[in-house]
Amino acid sequence: MITLTEFRSLFHNGLIKQNTGLIQLLGLCPLLAISNNVINALSLGIATMLVMAASSGAVSSVRHFVPNEIRIPVFVLIIAVLVTVIDLAMNAFVHPLYLVLGIFIPLITTNCIVLARADAFAAKNHPLHSVIDAMAMGLGLTLVLVVLGAIREIAGKGTLFSGIDLVFGEASKSLVLHVLPNYQGFLLAVLPPGAFIALGLLIAANNWQKTRVEQRTRAAALVHA
Amino acid sequence: MSFTIAGRNALRTGTILFVFALVGTALLAFTHDRTEPTILRGQQAEKLALLSQVLPAALYDNDLLASQQAVPPDDLLGTRQASSLWVAQRGGAFSGVVLEAVASDGYSGDIALLIGIDANGTVTGVRVTAHRETPGLGDYIERAKSPWIDQFVGKSLQNPEPKRWKVTKDGGAFDARAGATITPRAVVKAVKSALDYFAQHRATFKVSPAQETPP
Repeated sequence: MITLTEFRSLFHNGLIKQNTGLIQLLGLCPLLAISNNVINALSLGIATMLVMAASSGAVSSVRHFVPNEIRIPVFVLIIAVLVTVIDLAMNAFVHPLYLVLGIFIPLITTNCIVLARADAFAAKNHPLHSVIDAMAMGLGLTLVLVVLGAIREIAGKGTLFSGIDLVFGEASKSLVLHVLPNYQGFLLAVLPPGAFIALGLLIAANNWQKTRVEQRTRAAALVHA
Repeated sequence: MSFTIAGRNALRTGTILFVFALVGTALLAFTHDRTEPTILRGQQAEKLALLSQVLPAALYDNDLLASQQAVPPDDLLGTRQASSLWVAQRGGAFSGVVLEAVASDGYSGDIALLIGIDANGTVTGVRVTAHRETPGLGDYIERAKSPWIDQFVGKSLQNPEPKRWKVTKDGGAFDARAGATITPRAVVKAVKSALDYFAQHRATFKVSPAQETPP
């Protein structure tokens, strides 16, 4: 079983300490390609999280049967099978959602964070821990994606949640926020360079925040000494 | 037969890898088998929905999807590979056609179009099915982004006259947004030449005999 402390440390790890988007900088290809609006970012984030949880769980359950030398091919095989099964099942049973997420699903396979977590964590830990670790990592990625998507969407188009109707149906169309009315649009933010610039700014902000916290604790330590 | 320890180890790992591959393949084959009919049905429905966006359902009573025919590459259609067309029929008479066309002089790569034309040579609808125009600038040719593409509905080679089949900036009859005229110029030209293609091949559009009497 998992203790509360372990649970907390797994989430702290996934969301802050080893955040895939800001610290590990893994899986940037889909991150940069899809983060041009909030809805795309959220959809890809959630899809990646689910694939990670499923693959980490599967890898962890068979970890005792996989010899060390062939672990990478076996993990790749497991992830590829899982992604394809999810892709086919979504295409068949939730077609409208598939039309939105369809292009992202194969992108998930290219996301090395899935394999990285399978190899670095799931291969050495209990399935329950592995699934929770994958969820935390996926959640961390989703958060970065959504923030990035929001920055790019506001800067690029002046809206938020555009395209929400593709995921939640026509009724939700009224939820699209026009943050900056009569905005002319800023093309750079929507194009790939905008993704790099926005991610750079996010990483810088995160690092700045980290240094500030460190300095403060150091200063506090000095005072106490 | 005897193996060295290393050989035995390799055989063991090989077998394990093989078993994993076998289970994985079986799982995939099973899922594929289970989902294939549903996916095919979904694709057909999607295609029909797309066709009915360019050709009103009231115009035909035949099985439009089954009327699909191959068209060899054609300069007027802008196609470099074989494309498809769908022949519409109502009450046994030819009532329209859906053509696939390509506008290759867009701002960035080919623009794939689906164009519906009725028996009189009037455009019933145009949709962009694939393009790589600049997002936020040239992508207003997509129906999901703006109704721009709807202005082709009801147009023919006589209306407007051929020399006015241009964007307004070039003295034509078709609107285009300032700053992004290359994309609409390409689309207007492609629709015009698809109409030319229609005029030339008008007599050859026929539903194949096998489908003339629906079962």
